[in-house]
Amino acid sequence: MSIWSSKVSITQYNVQGKINSPIIEFITSGLVSNTIAEIDQQVSDRAVGWTSVDKPFQPDFSGSSFVFGNYFVFALRIDKKNIAAKILKKHYTIEAARRMLESGRDYLSKTEKQLIKDHVLNTLSLRIPATPNIYDIVWNYEESSLWFFSNLKAANEELETLFSNSFNLTIIRIFPYTAADLSSNLVDSQRDDLQKISPTQFVK
Amino acid sequence: MIDVAIAYNRYKFLGEEFLTWLWYVIENDQILIKNFDRNFVGLEIGDRIVFENRRKESPERITIKGEEAGLEEGILALKNGALVTELNMIYRSAELVWQFTLKGESLNFSSLNIPKTDLPDSDEDIEGFVLEKLFLYDKSLQLVKNLFAHFVKLRISNKWLNKEVSSIRKWIQSS
Repeated sequence: MSIWSSKVSITQYNVQGKINSPIIEFITSGLVSNTIAEIDQQVSDRAVGWTSVDKPFQPDFSGSSFVFGNYFVFALRIDKKNIAAKILKKHYTIEAARRMLESGRDYLSKTEKQLIKDHVLNTLSLRIPATPNIYDIVWNYEESSLWFFSNLKAANEELETLFSNSFNLTIIRIFPYTAADLSSNLVDSQRDDLQKISPTQFVK
Repeated sequence: MIDVAIAYNRYKFLGEEFLTWLWYVIENDQILIKNFDRNFVGLEIGDRIVFENRRKESPERITIKGEEAGLEEGILALKNGALVTELNMIYRSAELVWQFTLKGESLNFSSLNIPKTDLPDSDEDIEGFVLEKLFLYDKSLQLVKNLFAHFVKLRISNKWLNKEVSSIRKWIQSS
């Protein structure tokens, strides 16, 4: 989902840890090292990496192009090849029949079946293009806050893993407890009180 | 800080109480919201409210949709012990309007629509255009952040049980 869309979803994060200096060079290095790899005409069926918001299919982080004031603006791209189960079954059946004919047997061992399945998957992966999904990110490095433009659980989990691997920083998702603990300026005694609260009954 | 996964489930109720309280504030105490935005004009219920009643044997979910959403049904749900789990709101500040849905258990924003901005005339204007967009997103996120922080401090204070809950109960019963 893009920051330019007319309607967006946002999951908020708190960024924990210190960014190494010089900041922009450090972030550029994390983005470049983990830029999305193209998997079309490759055996891989999945790729996850960073890309540019303005050119998601030609990622380019040179010249601080992702820096806007206090914000870093870039995107997470998840490419996946979706091979329909029926297509997989069709090619597996054809290949299994060919192997049995070649061997003169009317059966295949468990190992042979698995090898055929892997071979068919690899062959199809080479031919099928990956479907890209792009989720924009806005990181305010002065406020240690990050907005991820998706509420999808799987996409959020990919973000958390890739972010940690790229920058050696942890991001904590903001939800009621973390919003209270990290973003509400509570003093220690108020944090203790927060641990003790239980649901209110608004009707008797 | 306690484990994040445990905290998420244990404190879901806090986000749902926040949305229920926020509906009460929208109806009864708009002046409070002005403390968080000096250009504040109004906060209204939008086109969707979702309630969940976990006091029943099998939890009951009620969704009220549409621009003419019948809020009487929502009050009835509260009277039966439900809490607001999702709330769509229209936020007006100066001449600008935002609309978004907030989910109680996660505080996630969805269907967030910010005021329109003029497209940049040249490459030199792109930075200003991006920063204006980000400012507009931030404005709605900051409003909710500040309201939630205010709610949390109230929620853990003696004033919550001594005063606020009885006011909310009166509003529910008299609506």
